[in-house]
Amino acid sequence: MCQAIVDTVTAHASGRQVRRVTVRIGHLRQVVPDSLSFAWEVLTEGTELAGSELVVEHVPAVVECAACGERTTLDWPVLVCAACGAVDVRLVSGEEFQIASMDVAEEVP
Amino acid sequence: MGRFHRHTDGTVHEHEHPDVRHDVGDHTGYRESGTVRVEVLENLLAENDRVAAANRLDLERAGVRCVNLMSSPGAGKTTLLRRTITALSGTLQLGVLEGDIATSLDADELASLGAPVSLVNTSAGFGGECHLDAVMVRSGLGRLALSDLDLLVVENVGNLVCPAEFDVGEDARAMVYAVTEGEEKPLKYPVMFRAADVIVVNKVDLLPHLDFRMDRFLGHLRDVNPHARVIHASARTGEGVDEWCAWLLHVHGTPTQRG
Repeated sequence: MCQAIVDTVTAHASGRQVRRVTVRIGHLRQVVPDSLSFAWEVLTEGTELAGSELVVEHVPAVVECAACGERTTLDWPVLVCAACGAVDVRLVSGEEFQIASMDVAEEVP
Repeated sequence: MGRFHRHTDGTVHEHEHPDVRHDVGDHTGYRESGTVRVEVLENLLAENDRVAAANRLDLERAGVRCVNLMSSPGAGKTTLLRRTITALSGTLQLGVLEGDIATSLDADELASLGAPVSLVNTSAGFGGECHLDAVMVRSGLGRLALSDLDLLVVENVGNLVCPAEFDVGEDARAMVYAVTEGEEKPLKYPVMFRAADVIVVNKVDLLPHLDFRMDRFLGHLRDVNPHARVIHASARTGEGVDEWCAWLLHVHGTPTQRG
């Protein structure tokens, strides 16, 4: 997983110095932020990304209920509407697994 | 305020503080110390999903339907497949893409029953991965004569976590769950239980010897996946294998007597 981040960031950086990378991870993804940060340090060591910071942005799991129309946030991986208890819900967010942005050293114009 | 502009490579970025000059500190490393935020917005599974789409297209062109079969180690995937190959022999040509970290034990066993088997050992060049991804399945597909097959079962690496994250190009996802694994696993490993279209609850012949409460398990399962079909089975005794095979035929599109 972390190697995918390293590869994508290296491609987008195209030689620019990367200082910070922000990834967006949904609540329903099986990703442990601390493990990801550790893997980031190990995988970037000795590469052009060495010393860069990995920021994990957590995206809450939000469902929209087909019965009552409410949008509610889930803590538990059980897909039910927190407002009315209906199970016919559509997932609005929570499955993200995305590189949001990266901060690179400014280029000289 | 930031000023967005687009680079020739398509990335868009914004200067956070274009009017501030940094005249303090050591700037010997680079001439500008400003930081630029580059929007990337790339899905980390994008490359996997592209390869999965290519797999799906190849399978579709060859007229092969594909089921991704997942479970924890020892839940009974291989035993169920052994029964399945025998039961469907003469009705449907089944192929197996076997994912294992190491050894060809399962692949050899299934091949001896007459099914074409392509083995992907994830420890050989894939870094001992705990799952099959679309790229590994693609390499395995290359070793199968797809035009000879009706249905391909991808037997994933035994693991309740990672396989659920990777689309490999399948038409349906099945999971084998052994009653010896306890009642609470749907809540602990919700991603896989949610991903499955059918769940084969295996080893039901052991129920008299266990404290497993089926109603509790099914309640937890319904909490994370209200739609999955449940098949009670014992790959050891053969119970439920007919129902499982009927589901496979349904995925393949063959009309069955049971409907």
